[in-house]
Amino acid sequence: MIKVVDLHKYFGDLEVLKGIDKEIKKGEVVAIIGPSGSGKSTFLRCLNLLEKPTKGQVFIEGENLVDKSVDINSLRQRVGMVFQHFNLFPHKTVLENLILSPMKVKGTSDADAKLIAMRLLKKVGLVDKANEYPNRLSGGQKQRIAIARALAMEPHVMLFDEPTSALDPEMVKEVLDVMRDLAKEGMTMLIVTHEMGFAKNVANRVFFMDHGTILEDAPPLDLFNNPKHARTKEFLDKVLNH
Amino acid sequence: MEYLALLKHIFVSNGRYMYILKGLNFSVGVTLLAAVIGVVVGVLIALLRLSNKAFLEKISIVYVDLIRGTPAVVQLMILANIIFVGNLRNTPILIVAGLAFGLNSAAYVAEIIRAGIQGLDKGQMEAARSLGMSYSLAMKEIIIPQAIKKIMPALVSEFITLLKETSIVGFIGGVDLLRSANIITSQTYRGVEPLIAVGIIYLILTSIFTKLMRQVEGRMKNSD
Repeated sequence: MIKVVDLHKYFGDLEVLKGIDKEIKKGEVVAIIGPSGSGKSTFLRCLNLLEKPTKGQVFIEGENLVDKSVDINSLRQRVGMVFQHFNLFPHKTVLENLILSPMKVKGTSDADAKLIAMRLLKKVGLVDKANEYPNRLSGGQKQRIAIARALAMEPHVMLFDEPTSALDPEMVKEVLDVMRDLAKEGMTMLIVTHEMGFAKNVANRVFFMDHGTILEDAPPLDLFNNPKHARTKEFLDKVLNH
Repeated sequence: MEYLALLKHIFVSNGRYMYILKGLNFSVGVTLLAAVIGVVVGVLIALLRLSNKAFLEKISIVYVDLIRGTPAVVQLMILANIIFVGNLRNTPILIVAGLAFGLNSAAYVAEIIRAGIQGLDKGQMEAARSLGMSYSLAMKEIIIPQAIKKIMPALVSEFITLLKETSIVGFIGGVDLLRSANIITSQTYRGVEPLIAVGIIYLILTSIFTKLMRQVEGRMKNSD
């Protein structure tokens, strides 16, 4: 489903990603953990070209993102993204946030788009907020709407960039619950996260990133209980035992 | 009572209020023409600045620096006395002035627009693009509607400045509100009253602008 070959990314002289090779299969739920500055978010953002890889290739369902002839807008429709800071459109109501892209980009009819939107709002438990503006919602509600908005494009992959990092602690669960349901339904997901419990329980693969490389790639139980690398161990000690 | 008679003498006798009305007409005309030119050219300059093409950005930066770095009255006189000569000599002063103030205002409008767009959270563009929107669709649906809200108050304040700035049009022979006051002074030997009258008219005009702005702002608040 996703194949990354020798991916490098520089910001100026700084090499943020130092050659990543990975393959992610349909239906896999991958949690990406690691210290800040290790390149987790940059890696994720390379997968829908919000960051342009300096070198290497990224294949989404066989199409090479880096290839100039690829229609990036059509490709992005298949790759949903959820941001740390939600990035809901503040000048549009919740429902408008959900139907805008399906209608304008995919050409879905108004009635169909609304039908899909209401179904998704039901799924994230926010049907009653359809006509509110985003500023009237709590952080957890905003993030659930952001997930619904990405799902409205019916993507094949969902990327989550620290989806709970900007939330008050008591709102983390409602967002993780939505993501857990999504994983159960078989959605292919890549999640940059600091929620180790979630990574442990929901992911079926965990990447540990450090200094621009994926140092370790293992099922969660293996990675959390028997980390192979000293760096992984050190990191887990710091985040788990405090 | 005596003073009322004096005022009547200053403003009403020989139909002198007509100078003020004509001046008002001229000032408002120049301002409207300049505002239209300012917005059109300003948008173009802002687009150059946001184009991500080094050469086009440079043109925009030089234009803004040139305009902001020289007095409007110098620009006005250069346009009237160096450019609009020869075959162009008979161009109406209204047009010359409108063009001068419009090109001047464009630099400020461009900066206002640029700041409005660049001041938006860049996550908005990223979210739109990640949903498959093209750059232009994202601009139209997401960026510009939000930027306009930020831009409007500064733009109205620019128009207020513009209206007041047109009072230097006397330098190239335009008979605007301020010149009309001078004319009345020269006929009546009263310097204070015509100036006060003209000042009050400017104040009324700018108040109307300000009021309009507050209404627009109020209406846009509901989705903030």
